[in-house]
Amino acid sequence: MKRLSIAEALREAMREEMQRDERVFLLGEDIGIPQGFGGAFTVTLGLSDEFGHERVVDTPISEKAIVGAAVGAAMMGMRPIADVQYSDFLFCAADEIVNQAAKMTYMSGGTVKVPMVLRAPVGATNRGAQHAQSPEGFFMHVPGWKVAVPATAYDAKGLLKTAVRDDSPVLIFEHKRLYGKGGRKEAGGLDLTSDIPDEEYCIPFGQAVIRREGSDLTVVATLLMMHRSLAAADLLAQEGINVEVIDPRTLVPFDDGTVLASVAKTGKLLIVEEDNLTGGWGAEVAARVADAGFDLLDAPIKRLASYDVPMPFAPVLENFVVPSVERIVEMARAIVKGKV
Amino acid sequence: MTSVTPPPNQLLQMYRGMVRIRKFEEKVYLLFLEGKVLGTIHQYQGQEAVAVGVCGALRRDDCLTSTHRPHGHCIAKGVSLDSMMAELFGRATGCCKAKGGSMHMGDISVGAVPAIAIVAGGVTLAAGMGLAYKFQHNDRVVACFFGDGAVNEGAFHEGVNLAAIKQLPVIFVCENNFYAASTPMQLTTPVGIAERAAAYGIPGVVVDGNDVAAVYQATVTAVARARRGEGPTLIECQTYRTVGHSRGDPGAYRPKEEVELWKQKDPIARLRRSLIADEAATESEIAVIEAEADREIETAVAFAEASPPPQPEDALLHVYGEQVTA
Repeated sequence: MKRLSIAEALREAMREEMQRDERVFLLGEDIGIPQGFGGAFTVTLGLSDEFGHERVVDTPISEKAIVGAAVGAAMMGMRPIADVQYSDFLFCAADEIVNQAAKMTYMSGGTVKVPMVLRAPVGATNRGAQHAQSPEGFFMHVPGWKVAVPATAYDAKGLLKTAVRDDSPVLIFEHKRLYGKGGRKEAGGLDLTSDIPDEEYCIPFGQAVIRREGSDLTVVATLLMMHRSLAAADLLAQEGINVEVIDPRTLVPFDDGTVLASVAKTGKLLIVEEDNLTGGWGAEVAARVADAGFDLLDAPIKRLASYDVPMPFAPVLENFVVPSVERIVEMARAIVKGKV
Repeated sequence: MTSVTPPPNQLLQMYRGMVRIRKFEEKVYLLFLEGKVLGTIHQYQGQEAVAVGVCGALRRDDCLTSTHRPHGHCIAKGVSLDSMMAELFGRATGCCKAKGGSMHMGDISVGAVPAIAIVAGGVTLAAGMGLAYKFQHNDRVVACFFGDGAVNEGAFHEGVNLAAIKQLPVIFVCENNFYAASTPMQLTTPVGIAERAAAYGIPGVVVDGNDVAAVYQATVTAVARARRGEGPTLIECQTYRTVGHSRGDPGAYRPKEEVELWKQKDPIARLRRSLIADEAATESEIAVIEAEADREIETAVAFAEASPPPQPEDALLHVYGEQVTA
């Protein structure tokens, strides 16, 4: 057993998978340069020393080539893990993601598979509008991709290992504020490390976890918003409001069952997401629960998300736009007290 | 470039290959007018020497990536005419189980990746396929077909650049038919396509794309370089589609004289003349080849017509990799 951060846990997952399977390799910008960064967020640091530059492939700044090459290599039997530094850059490779990776298996009548992983950091971190988005909902919309959203180091390792072994393309969205050892002020001073067992493990896709049990309100949240929801639940508990916090861990496939079972208990649902409100993944979850669980609800389903604006730079603006612990508390309280 | 002239027997095989494509396309056009071939079609008449010359220099285990105009590439790489015709008819026995259609034609078992109908979309994928071969320490290569319209896409630049800097075993084959749909090349492309190769530090060659032996020779050289691990080559094959861009296009934007000039350079008639002149084949041998191709295509049509449509619910299969069956 050891304590690891998300960055360390992801690195350990990649190391183990590269040791286990020679088809696995890494592809991206700045990931293996000697004396370099180990990617934009240190996740691949040291792996090129261990596995050589043949298996930790540094590329030009060329997202279409990174994703397209991952697709081509995967089609020919490799298992690439590609990295685009910031999820905002996924849009540079929109064709390769949406038209190529997602559709090749289908167009081939099920004779070609594309077992690739695409890692993409999300979240607002005072960098302005083009290094701040949380675009999970965009890609959840595309049939063919699986989408994982690990909020803890334990999940980051287990979900990445599952992604590498999956025969479909998998997008892993990692949150920039959750990579580190933790206690970063913006993350709410949380301990962001996890106990990582010595023995190997993988986490199956489509299995949500209940991070905190409660009977008054179900909150579904991912990544940083999941941590903020837990902090909000602590505060609400002091008022006697018991919140159940569910972390879906993967958006595709999505664990409807765990959410519906919770709503059956609480009768109330709040979805918290960092993406802006319109068309985010929360809208899909709300629609599913309204469809399959209408009779379970005794209050309107509410969504708390960033406002429908590009992400601003100044902390005072960004903090206003992204859901805070205080906004989650207020919204949760209003739902439970029937004031929505 | 060292010259590798194909032996007469191989030239006759190439003639057969081009005739199969031409006759297939002519039949498909008629079937389209009859409403039996569905959707749209982008046809290959006039460009046959490119597909046949390039694929003649490939092994069965080499791969190609294709475009929205894929029928010729697929036939030249060895996809069965039965399965291609069935695909065009939207039948369950099609090479993509009726999921692909004309624009995604392919059969990975013979190295034809399902065609990529986003212009230049195959260029980065081909680089990745070459990267896989490098990892796997085999000497396979990938031939990446695209048109003149593709070279102004960002994907072209990114894919060729990556292949060049990583010395990947890719043959970039530009089929320059001088028109991107209706837009002539002089309105879009300020320098010759093969000249672009200099920007990536790789060889760039221009060949007469209506001369199957010339295409073959250029590809043999490029394949040998790729198999040696020396990286990609850009081959610009200058050719002409003697039909419209897609099903309903009469090609009114092209001067009649230009079309007539290129028809006189028809790659099939040209090879037939030289085979006869060189006494590499007799008129009767050529007649046999053409009759065989006709029969093969009639058989393919019969196969397609006799094949069942897919079950509607089959639309829900093959979305994810776990559903891969072959």
